[in-house]
Amino acid sequence: MTTATTGTTTAKGSVGTAHTRVEGRDKVTGAARYAGEIPFAELAYGWLALSTVARGRIRSMDTAPVLGMPGVLTVLHHQNAPRVDSDYVGMLGVPPDPTAAVFQHDRVPHVGWPVALVVAETSEQAREAAEALVVHYEEEPHDVAFSGEHPDAYPLDAHMPAVTEKGELEPELAASAVVIDAEYTTPEEHHNPMEPHAATALWDGGRLEVVDSNQGTMWVADELAKLLSLDPASVRVRSEHVGGGFGSKGVRAHQVAAVMAATVLQRPVRVVMTRRQMFALAGYRSPTTQRIRLGADTDGRLRALDHRSLSLTSTVHEFIEPSAGVGRVMYDADAHHTANRLVRLDVPTPTWMRAPGEAPGSFALEAALDELAEKCGIDPIELRVRNEPERGPVSGLPFSSRELLTCFREGARRFGWADRDPRPGLRREGRWLLGTGTAAASFPAGAMPSTAAMTAEADGTFTVRINASDIGTGARTALTLIAADALQVAPDRVQVRIGDSDFGPAMIAGGSMGTRSWAWAVTAAADELRQRLALSAGLPPEGITVRSDTSEAIGALAQKERHSFGAQFAEVAVDPAIGEVRVRRMLGIFAAGRIVNPLTARNQFVGGMTWGISMALHEEAVRDQATGGHYGADLAGYHVATHADVPLIEADWVDDPDPDDPVGIKGIGEIGIVGAAAAIANAVWHATGVRHRSLPIRPDRVLAAGGEAVTGAPDA
Amino acid sequence: MKEFGYQRAFDVSGAVALLDADPDARVLGGGTNLVDLMKTGVERPARLVDVRELPLDKIELTDDGGLRIGATVTNSDLAVHPEVRRRYPALTQAVLAGASGQLRNMATVGGNLLQRTRCGYFADVTKPCNKRVPGSGCPAIEGEHHNHAILGASEHCVATHPSDMGVALTAFDAVVTYETADGPGELPLTEFYLPVGDTPHLETALPPGALITGVTLPPAPVTVLSRYRKVRERASYAFAIGSIAAALDVRDGVVRDVRLAFGAVASRPWRARAAERVLTGAPADAATFAAAADAELAAAEPLPHNAYKVTLMRNLVVAVLTELTEESTR
Repeated sequence: MTTATTGTTTAKGSVGTAHTRVEGRDKVTGAARYAGEIPFAELAYGWLALSTVARGRIRSMDTAPVLGMPGVLTVLHHQNAPRVDSDYVGMLGVPPDPTAAVFQHDRVPHVGWPVALVVAETSEQAREAAEALVVHYEEEPHDVAFSGEHPDAYPLDAHMPAVTEKGELEPELAASAVVIDAEYTTPEEHHNPMEPHAATALWDGGRLEVVDSNQGTMWVADELAKLLSLDPASVRVRSEHVGGGFGSKGVRAHQVAAVMAATVLQRPVRVVMTRRQMFALAGYRSPTTQRIRLGADTDGRLRALDHRSLSLTSTVHEFIEPSAGVGRVMYDADAHHTANRLVRLDVPTPTWMRAPGEAPGSFALEAALDELAEKCGIDPIELRVRNEPERGPVSGLPFSSRELLTCFREGARRFGWADRDPRPGLRREGRWLLGTGTAAASFPAGAMPSTAAMTAEADGTFTVRINASDIGTGARTALTLIAADALQVAPDRVQVRIGDSDFGPAMIAGGSMGTRSWAWAVTAAADELRQRLALSAGLPPEGITVRSDTSEAIGALAQKERHSFGAQFAEVAVDPAIGEVRVRRMLGIFAAGRIVNPLTARNQFVGGMTWGISMALHEEAVRDQATGGHYGADLAGYHVATHADVPLIEADWVDDPDPDDPVGIKGIGEIGIVGAAAAIANAVWHATGVRHRSLPIRPDRVLAAGGEAVTGAPDA
Repeated sequence: MKEFGYQRAFDVSGAVALLDADPDARVLGGGTNLVDLMKTGVERPARLVDVRELPLDKIELTDDGGLRIGATVTNSDLAVHPEVRRRYPALTQAVLAGASGQLRNMATVGGNLLQRTRCGYFADVTKPCNKRVPGSGCPAIEGEHHNHAILGASEHCVATHPSDMGVALTAFDAVVTYETADGPGELPLTEFYLPVGDTPHLETALPPGALITGVTLPPAPVTVLSRYRKVRERASYAFAIGSIAAALDVRDGVVRDVRLAFGAVASRPWRARAAERVLTGAPADAATFAAAADAELAAAEPLPHNAYKVTLMRNLVVAVLTELTEESTR
């Protein structure tokens, strides 16, 4: 195996060579319009009013004074809003989060629950009126306290079973020469895409039009039609440019509220979330408490693996962060137990956030592996080599491909791992202690049925219409390259149009499956179009259009363990006297299928790894126990890594084309963050000799954990 | 947000007249804090008096060799001024440690001193806060307070002052000058901020309707060797969890003169006079520095989640004074 720069499977053509984003110029010049800034005639502005109590009922609402305020057009609330039907299962196979089904009853299940929409002629008038709206509540005692010992926790199956059990855990642990038993915690984390959620709804000739920022227009259109009992054909959702989503941009309160207001007022209505509102309304990653027990022989071979994860959800909707799933793929053991449990609290509903399950799960498991390596006196990479499974540890299925060790070998070579002294707390540079760490990464590789239309235009160009979603990833560009190669033409002859529910069903941008799913449909359409063109004497003025549908091909895929893999490396500096931790360099080597566009792929990996720095050192949403709401719910209070926190990050990949994908793609959207926080935490241990099992590793925690103990002197 | 009046002033007397005429008027400098707070409803002024066109944007040497900094000098201009860099390097370092380049281009010296705490309870109008709504309570004491005050706080408020610049100015004995309808006045920065007590909503000793016109730094040879160090939870664009401005004059191994102030530990930039007393005339070594820090921090009253600040500040004092000692003997 070799790295991509000298890869063997890179076909001659557009795929595999670096291309800047096709819409890049529009984005950097401001020509690209985002959902909240597209002009409409007669546009009215809605502002959501959110509950300030964590549990209770709305007793009354003083709407009269608000209706008299300048510019106010209406106030929608549970007593006058259109009714919706939320008793259905959506496109993604789950019922809707009732948080989106706004204004249907007087119950308040968490702080930040939408209680009203104030609509006015201007955004400022709507905001002032919404903030002036007095709501009287019957408050009830709330419970927002998340801890590892909540008595009401229960297992929940989701896209994976809650519990897997193989072998007898306790006897294997008892027979193990080395045992690790530790609890790891990760905090509540928020997506915080740069672009806030924004939607404009209007009725146009009997059709509902929604101009939105989302990760799947068909997903949103389908749910809006079901919620509002509309004919699916009468709902059109468009989402041309999206400033980040990370799992948060599905069906949310603002779209439904905008549609309600547009229906009531019969004019276009826009609703945009503020950054603060996003903390309550856009979903988030649940905090987790994870207990891991590992039992191993002295040579590091695992006899027992027990990973139990607890996450939280709201009282109105079940969503589980399946952190314990990661071990079902990564490591085998004679006794192998994993369990994902859930507790319901008076908080908003969490949702998918970049690498759901794997991101927090890999922190705990890969940190525990590092502790095991230390205890066994084995190099952390060698420990993983010794525990590399032949087949899926739980499923018993073969891997479609698993190049994890190739990633480690290549990463170790480039990072200089061989020179590493494993002993902690030895390397000093001025006030800094230095250390290095590593961790493994994995994320499922999948594809979902999609449709595409491809037109050979009379002028010799090609137009692709596919309901893909480019949430900043470069998907539009990737699909352009894929279409160009499939058609054997230059990319500048291909125009890819995306983000329009009228283009028909397609996978959302999610699960690291978007580009692969769409590419499959585009490739299939191109194959058919080429056949049609070969048979046709000439092009009619309207061109020739074909449609593809990959449902059958994807349904025929054999059951296998299909995943991307990676190896993360980090070097950190810790000042034990003041608690500062700084990442000095990172390297990620990934085996993640064929890479379509090295430029944007590197962006994706580096972006994920950067988020790993944030996850390890910065991000933490703090819930105020007294009020049940957030403390510091803005980007001043909720820290993400700044440029100054992001050092030299290198991301590269090894050759790993998916044998069952027409293009060889696996998917790269999420794996960049997986294992990154563990590599950093492991490096912090290597620097200081102190294990940090709770994220983020803030200065106060470094000081409290006795970082000083290493140096003995406060000024060291 | 609430509708408000806006007037731009072109001379100091005009600005003072506007402020005098309307007790609900607020001064708009760079707007980097006030406008944010207006958007979130924390500040609801009836009128803004924009002072950015006032002729207060100069930095001048005073007759006695000090420095007079106009109130509308931007942070960026202050940080790069050659006399500031030469005479008061910690002031330049403090300014550059704060905010971002864009914010520093807008923010003004006068506004910096009057900026409000970044306590998350103060900033959220749905929560109680004695500073915002007197008598409503201080949820930080029982709630989130890992970055709250350890010195000079009260049971009514444990918020910290967020300024970096103010810490250096406090260390260097800055004097705030102002103008009112009744004439000019001045306040040493160490007396500019009121004690918290049971009136955390009353923040400064400025008379009603006063306009800050500038800050004067007295000459002090000691400040030439000075340093500002800021500890924060990320490398940039975060408020301090502890900071220090220090100037040190060491001769023959003995501390001849010292200036020391702490940031992010109190409702105001904290002049560490107890530490200065221990240091002055004492041997310039780690033991003295630690004893000085302990003398200052003896008054600390940490809450359950901010006790680390005592260790942090102690270590910062020792680290920064050690560095300055090494520099002065080089």
